[in-house]
Amino acid sequence: MKPFVLTLKASPVQRLDLSQLLPHLLAGKSIAEIAAIDIATTREKVSVGDVFKVAAGDGDEIRFEGGSERFDGIGRGLQSGRITVNGDVGMEAGRQMSGGALNISGRAGPYAGSCMSGGRMEIGGDAGDFLTAPREGEMQGMTGGMLVVRGSTGERPGDRLRRGTIVIEGHTGNCPGSRMIAGTLVVLGRCGAHPGFLMKRGTIALARPPVLGATFVDSGQFASSFPGIFSRLLQNESRGAAKLFRGSLRRFSGDMAALGKGEIYVPA
Amino acid sequence: MRPMIKNGIRIDESFAEAFPMRGTALLITAPNRRWARQAAVTMTGFATSVIGCGAEAGIDCDVDARETPDGRPGVRVLLFAMSSDELQKQVVNRVGQCVLTSPGSACFSDLVAEDHLKVGDSLRYFGDGWQISKKFDDRHFWRVPVMDGEFLCEGVTGLTKGAVGGGNLLIMGADHEKTLRAAEAAADAMNGVRDVVLPFPGGIVRSGSKVGSKYKVMFASTNDAYCPSLRGQVNTALEDDIGCVLEIVIDGLTEAAIADAMRAGIAAIVKLGPRAGARRIGAGNYGGKLGPFHFHLKDLLP
Repeated sequence: MKPFVLTLKASPVQRLDLSQLLPHLLAGKSIAEIAAIDIATTREKVSVGDVFKVAAGDGDEIRFEGGSERFDGIGRGLQSGRITVNGDVGMEAGRQMSGGALNISGRAGPYAGSCMSGGRMEIGGDAGDFLTAPREGEMQGMTGGMLVVRGSTGERPGDRLRRGTIVIEGHTGNCPGSRMIAGTLVVLGRCGAHPGFLMKRGTIALARPPVLGATFVDSGQFASSFPGIFSRLLQNESRGAAKLFRGSLRRFSGDMAALGKGEIYVPA
Repeated sequence: MRPMIKNGIRIDESFAEAFPMRGTALLITAPNRRWARQAAVTMTGFATSVIGCGAEAGIDCDVDARETPDGRPGVRVLLFAMSSDELQKQVVNRVGQCVLTSPGSACFSDLVAEDHLKVGDSLRYFGDGWQISKKFDDRHFWRVPVMDGEFLCEGVTGLTKGAVGGGNLLIMGADHEKTLRAAEAAADAMNGVRDVVLPFPGGIVRSGSKVGSKYKVMFASTNDAYCPSLRGQVNTALEDDIGCVLEIVIDGLTEAAIADAMRAGIAAIVKLGPRAGARRIGAGNYGGKLGPFHFHLKDLLP
């Protein structure tokens, strides 16, 4: 199966809305039909053919050769198939995706993986603020799936996380896992202030924790199969995360200013 | 019945008659092999026959720590019952009373199937609100706080409606010592077959039963045709050179697994020979009208 290949001709002159370019929407379309898809976000008209050289495929995969921080909404609503970007992307990459795989080799803007409910997303470089977070008025962030960031993220990754697993191999800004409802967030690099701020439930694991807030209470060390299981489940996703869960861990419970049934694991 | 002879052992031209059952497999892990075995032995205790125990259960095999979900030594157990509802009740009761309570234990599904039984989905309520749900891909785990740390239990386990119960071998020998030796050899060989358990003590049952009784309250009673002490008094199935009969009953997740186990058992008895072990191998049936699965001994010879 040959993927659709969209090769960037030149740096785009405006922000682009690439959310129409999903495998199930392109299936059966000719090159001319794909080239005519409107991706403009201003009054200046821009279509796929203006920005990309299109090579038709027959599979359920789309490959972008070349990226830009102006590529917004890439993989938004992805249901199945695969999207690969060799380059950077803008905001809301993989927002509300429910299945399939989205791989970005470069950096991603804010709200990457926002409200994703399934599938697997990987960002090779850094990600902006509000990774997986809900947009205005939405009550939940990510509700399922797997998201791995090889680089670092901005502030509040995993905001209102409900279910699913996020692994950040680099550093993160302030308040990772803020308002978490459940789910799992792993940070291997340095972590900003107030991890788990107002979290209700869920698990945060920090390899290099900052001083935790006073509303997280020390639960000490205890025997559990849970870290061993997640170590094995994460082995293929992130060796660093697997290693963190293999080691001996200490649990802090909180945020006692909210429901208080969440937990932060730190190396003992 | 015309006997076949293998290595001097008479093999009846007979068949084992078996019945459809509902079955499931669980993987129990613990900090070390001793406590994994302990939890498995306890939860499969008093599970020899559905007639009096509600379930038939046993240990299938040990599982190496490298192959368990949490990287600790494990034991695979199989449970069988006549209905899905009864199996559901037995699984929750046995895991709840025997595995949840065992130090350091965790419990996982070990059967992939379309139908499911609740395990952690029921036992989580022991956590009194402190239980934690963890999902990863399509697997769902419950973490229940207990006094030695946490009991981790998978939410559901697979349920197969294609399980088979009641595969059997009748092992007949000159005296008790030789017959038991042959039965032990057969049970050891059959325990090496995956997806089957031998629910009776050590895999062996000495009190085989027939359907019905002279007493109204009894559904089953002693199999007088195979009792050596009743030769001459009843229509016996035993020749003069037989002084003891032992039976091995097999429950399996599939029909093929039972056939494999019976084949392994017969091979072990035949290999032992009639001087040290059994003189005759038979199988129990009800004329072939009650159970849909027939395992003919002639098809299972080494």
